[in-house]
Amino acid sequence: MLEKYLNSRLQEKEILLMTHIVLGYPSFEDSFKIIEAMVAAGVDLMELQIPFSEPIADGPVILQANQKALADGATVQKCLDFSRKIAQTFDIPFLFMTYYNILFKYGVERFAAAMAADGIKGAIVPDLPPEEGGEYLAAMQKHDLAPIFIFSPTTPDERMQYLSSFGQGFIYCVARKGVTGVDTDFSRQLGEYLGRCRRATKLPLALGFGVKEKADVDFLKGKADIAVIGSQTIRLVDNEGVGAVGAFINSLR
Amino acid sequence: MQNRGYYDQYGGAFLPEVLIATVEELVATFEKAKQDPSFWKEYADIMSEYSCRPTPVTFAENLSNYFGGGRIFVKREDLNHTGAHKANNVMGQGLLVKRMGKTRVIAETGAGQHGMATATMAAKFGFKCTIYMGEVDVQRQRPNVFWMERLGAEVVPVKEGTRILKDAINEALRDWVTNMDNTHYVLGTACGPHPFPEMVSYFQSIIGQEARRQMLEREKKLPDRIYACVGGGSNALGIFKAFLDDPVELVGVEAAGRGLESGEHAVRLASPDASVGVAQGYKTYFLQDDDGQMKETHSVAAGLDYVGVSPILAQFKDSGRVRFEAATDQEVVDALSLTIQKEGLIPALESAHAFAQAFKEAPKLSKTEIILINQSGRGDKDIFTVADAFNDPTWQEFIKKKAEEYNA
Repeated sequence: MLEKYLNSRLQEKEILLMTHIVLGYPSFEDSFKIIEAMVAAGVDLMELQIPFSEPIADGPVILQANQKALADGATVQKCLDFSRKIAQTFDIPFLFMTYYNILFKYGVERFAAAMAADGIKGAIVPDLPPEEGGEYLAAMQKHDLAPIFIFSPTTPDERMQYLSSFGQGFIYCVARKGVTGVDTDFSRQLGEYLGRCRRATKLPLALGFGVKEKADVDFLKGKADIAVIGSQTIRLVDNEGVGAVGAFINSLR
Repeated sequence: MQNRGYYDQYGGAFLPEVLIATVEELVATFEKAKQDPSFWKEYADIMSEYSCRPTPVTFAENLSNYFGGGRIFVKREDLNHTGAHKANNVMGQGLLVKRMGKTRVIAETGAGQHGMATATMAAKFGFKCTIYMGEVDVQRQRPNVFWMERLGAEVVPVKEGTRILKDAINEALRDWVTNMDNTHYVLGTACGPHPFPEMVSYFQSIIGQEARRQMLEREKKLPDRIYACVGGGSNALGIFKAFLDDPVELVGVEAAGRGLESGEHAVRLASPDASVGVAQGYKTYFLQDDDGQMKETHSVAAGLDYVGVSPILAQFKDSGRVRFEAATDQEVVDALSLTIQKEGLIPALESAHAFAQAFKEAPKLSKTEIILINQSGRGDKDIFTVADAFNDPTWQEFIKKKAEEYNA
């Protein structure tokens, strides 16, 4: 379902944009305004991160946004309620991004049922490899939701194919080693890695970690299908406020 | 990875994709070393030459008489080089790092013992070394920071989250996902993703192997009860492992902090406050809220101040093979004081939890019964924390004077 949507969008655009926010950061009201501005600026899909106290795959920017959102009282239920409203209001696909403990404590099947009922299309759970994800994969399939899996430059070809066999919607390719929000070298090496990803899967490829300006997005055209903007919008909101988001997204293509 | 390190429902390897290849390499290296008979010998030899192993078992005659119950023996892990059982795990992992050809090690530390041990190992083996330590723990254990830096390690104070042990683990994992090509993460306890719980308890099992032999030689019988403190669980598993098939009662003692009712504690297994969850790469009991967000923990002993616990101990909790108890900060300080006065032994605040629980039970045992306490570390090194715990006025005066000297 998600894959079909992405492929039809790709008929019209050379590259799609996926953005990311941490729910409840800087506040739920601001989260709404940021999403509104991003959708108006033509973002094609979005990751909504449910904050977690131990986000091991995230760098300082997203880590601090997680902590601040939690300190200000963001709960899983508030995030679900908010996301339902978002999915009803805006006509692009929304995905959850969070860590496995959030699903596990809520109940994996119950969480998937809530996602489906709320109109969320899929999920990215960076600390859940398919080997540990039996219950999750079954629940996602049952509710027709896309489990998004991750490739990294350290993933061997064979494992890429293995991951692809469980993935739906698209593959999230991490541009480099390390955590979110650190600079990436957009070099030939990255191009070769994306070529390796392309050969391993038929799913569209999203490239994230370190994408922050038009030149990066331009580099990815023809190599990836979706450019992912993560920490950079949080930085922007921190420094220039919610009002700067629309112009920034527009500047990317 | 075929064996994913499950102990019933606990354990596993919940890892970001970028780490999978590195952890598989570690699993393969560890499996190969375990199959190689010369590896354990190499390990035991280096522990003997560098870290005074086998550490003795000491008969605590005065304490035994004082309580008038079971006879109390103490396994002296405090006599390891760097002053704690942490050296066992660290030297073992150091040998694996050499086999993997890596050149840099990183570690988290709470009390500073594991950081000290890792920095020492890195100095000896010629590795670069970075230690992550919660900002709160840096304050609590400044002398250890001094030594780690003298040993050539970079000590990074972690300012995120609750700024204690779990946050240091998160930062170490973030370093590892970035630098895994040349870097090994020397996790300090039997927690985290497979193979760490198994690997750390494998190296620590040298404690119980020695203790079992020593008790049989000296007393011609096994102890009736063994007490060990439980933070992550590595010293407890280290001494318990050799006795699992014996008729010996194993008692793990957690940090009750300011008391179970206060909510300010680190009791995962001996209280209903914890629940099963997945964080830091593994599934176990965590002190967490209903959403799965980790809670703040408290203990007078930084090394026990942790939200999770070894998945192997979680299994033993369910199976009943280990009994779990908890000792409060006050009980621990009292037990420490008594041990110093009666025996001239100075256990670390962490280890004093095991003493505190043993003292509660010793009077109820008969004189033919034997208690074995694992003194996992020494306390004299932690003079700032221990002096604070005792609220010693002459020490405070000395510190004030010393500070004035620096100002002058």
